[in-house]
Amino acid sequence: MNDPMTPSPFRVERVRKELSDTFTLDLVPADGKRDFPFLPGQFNMLYAFGVGEVPISISGDPSKPDTIVHTTRVVGAVTRAMRNLGVGHTIGVRGPYGTAWPVEEMQGADVVIVTGGIGLAPLRPAIYSILENRSAFGNVSILYGARTPEDILYRKELEKWRGMFDMQVDVTVDYATGRWAGKVGVVTKLIQRGGFHPQDSIALICGPEIMMKFAVQALQDRGVTDDRIYVSMERNMKCGIGFCGHCQLGGDFVCRDGPVFRFDTLADKFAISEL
Amino acid sequence: MTANKSEALGTFVIAPSELGSLISALREDGYEVIGPKLADGAIVHEPLESADDLPVGYDDEQEGGTYRVAKNGANTYFDYVVGPHSWKRYLFPPDQQLCQMRRQGKTFRLIETKQEIPRYAFFGVRSCDLHAMQVQDKVFDNGEFADPGYMERRKAAFVVVVNCLRPAATCFCASMDTGPRATGGYDLALTELASKGRHEFLVEVGSSRGEEIFAKVSGRPATEADQSAPETASAKAANAMKREMVPDVQALLKRNLEHRRWDDVAKRCLTCANCTLVCPTCFCTTVEDYTDLTGSTAERRRRWDSCFTMDFSYVHGGSVRRETYARYRQWMTHKLSSWFDQFDVSGCVGCGRCITWCPVGIDITEEARAIRDSEGSR
Ligand SMILES: Cc1cc2nc3c(=O)[nH]c(=O)nc-3n(C[C@H](O)[C@H](O)[C@H](O)COP(=O)(O)OP(=O)(O)OC[C@H]3O[C@@H](n4cnc5c(N)ncnc54)[C@H](O)[C@@H]3O)c2cc1C
Ligand code: SF4
Ligand code: SF4
Ligand code: FES
Repeated sequence: MNDPMTPSPFRVERVRKELSDTFTLDLVPADGKRDFPFLPGQFNMLYAFGVGEVPISISGDPSKPDTIVHTTRVVGAVTRAMRNLGVGHTIGVRGPYGTAWPVEEMQGADVVIVTGGIGLAPLRPAIYSILENRSAFGNVSILYGARTPEDILYRKELEKWRGMFDMQVDVTVDYATGRWAGKVGVVTKLIQRGGFHPQDSIALICGPEIMMKFAVQALQDRGVTDDRIYVSMERNMKCGIGFCGHCQLGGDFVCRDGPVFRFDTLADKFAISEL
Repeated sequence: MTANKSEALGTFVIAPSELGSLISALREDGYEVIGPKLADGAIVHEPLESADDLPVGYDDEQEGGTYRVAKNGANTYFDYVVGPHSWKRYLFPPDQQLCQMRRQGKTFRLIETKQEIPRYAFFGVRSCDLHAMQVQDKVFDNGEFADPGYMERRKAAFVVVVNCLRPAATCFCASMDTGPRATGGYDLALTELASKGRHEFLVEVGSSRGEEIFAKVSGRPATEADQSAPETASAKAANAMKREMVPDVQALLKRNLEHRRWDDVAKRCLTCANCTLVCPTCFCTTVEDYTDLTGSTAERRRRWDSCFTMDFSYVHGGSVRRETYARYRQWMTHKLSSWFDQFDVSGCVGCGRCITWCPVGIDITEEARAIRDSEGSR
């Protein structure tokens, strides 16, 4: 029996600096077997030698499962150790784990993606999947908030998507710096003004919990019902497979029952503080 | 894991001296026999070499925050009930190596380590603790993922049950439907028959493995009167139980996640984590990383953890459950309510350990009753 707690060695093939504190790693299995199918929204447990293991979403293109892509923000010991990896280094991988964004169910509907900061990374695979089959979806809007213009993740891609005639990309920052001539304010404001049809929309949200709370409210105010809102939750995770107990949210294990939840299944728990 | 029904394979009566033969038979078959021993004033589970290691003539006295073992002058073997140890420390060790890696330049690879699977014979398992094992079986094989180490240890383990004749004041298995008598899931079950000068053991054989071992023990087939003894004794024990869990506690707690009692218990709870450590079903762990001095080999170890620690729910920016009320609520609602959502069974088997070993005597049955009696007060 294989122990699901044992990481597999992967090789770092490429490192990209995204922002001052954020980087992207492209990984391939060290044994040369190049295939790692996953669903948009799923995550891996990434292990840095001798330091620790943390959950990081997969942020690459699901139609290219030969490489796994992770975009990580440095916040502590493990993510710092991961930033110090270069091409040719080994990293431990377990996964993919967790639930996915409802890409299939979204076909025919308008899609509203609401996200902030690093939260765009777990949503990028869903955006790639939509683009691959663009005509299957209605209007698509991406509403993205960053702290400052320097913190806008995947800026080139956002600009490219905005340049497409069939995609609405709205970016706002908390603090304008330099030559920023775009919007200033919280991302929830973009929901109030967003040009989508609430009744026909499915919304995907990923960001800090407090931001998700306000985003859900703003969507509800516009008439999007809870069963058409999806959120990706973050909890401490030591295993990713239901063994360690750390990720519990009431009766749910965020690692297995989430991280992506349809909001109506979570609404009661979301309302209770420190659950 | 063993078959679920007992009767089919026979019921016998043995003399107390045959307990030694049973332990020898298990040892000769290669089992490491683990059973009750008296150590530092408590009944603990440790390796047994012979029946001489068993504590004879002891009672335990348990109450909220109190535990005392005392000689009772009798010649009986199993008058005490559960102590601070549960069997989980053998099936799910408190500190366990997960894997080892060796670094070579930029790369590292796994070091193959083959861990021996111990063959334990658990001697003197009480019904509540047997149910606790069945609860953990569901945790460590959740349908999608299984912990191979746990599964193999569990599969190899031989279980000798002892039916309880006298509950401690902290026991409430009867109201949890987990005791005091074991009705299946064991290899052998013993009931001590000691009254009016009689001293014998009734043995119920629960598996073919149990049958093979028992073949090396001398006894006689049980009479019909003998066979009714466990039921009579356990009904008596159930009647003597002082504590009980309120009915429908699963739904009760779900309706009262916000209730003023959580603040009340938070004033008493020290968040010491004792309850989670003594609980036979608590399964939470953390993983710790180590490197040797040169930094060329690394190790990952899994250790018992507790939802009562601040770090448990830490995410960048701060812990989710900062306040004591939230941590006690996590523990109690998990045991009695959300466990059903996760595993379709109660996470509490009514063993009473968390009551006994709580330094301030917080009583899970009392907390549940207090919430029921003041439902809806926030
Ligand atoms: C499902 C999921 C997907 C995620 N995807 C991404 C991603 O794509 N990119 C990214 O940058 N970050 C992501 N995170 C957050 C990331 O896991 C944390 O930033 C990371 O664990 C911090 O580890 P650290 O040791 O560097 O930080 P420290 O602050 O030193 O953390 C100490 C320990 O606490 C735990 N921890 C701390 N913060 C978090 C957190 N936010 N979530 C879970 N555990 C935490 C970890 O066990 C960590 O080792 C994700 C989290 C989850 C739950
Ligand atoms: S919660 Fe308390 S009474 Fe219930 S199984 Fe755990 S330790 Fe025993
Ligand atoms: S009560 Fe706490 S320590 Fe015990 S299993 Fe539940 S979350 Fe883990
Ligand atoms: S991360 Fe361990 S149970 Fe979910």
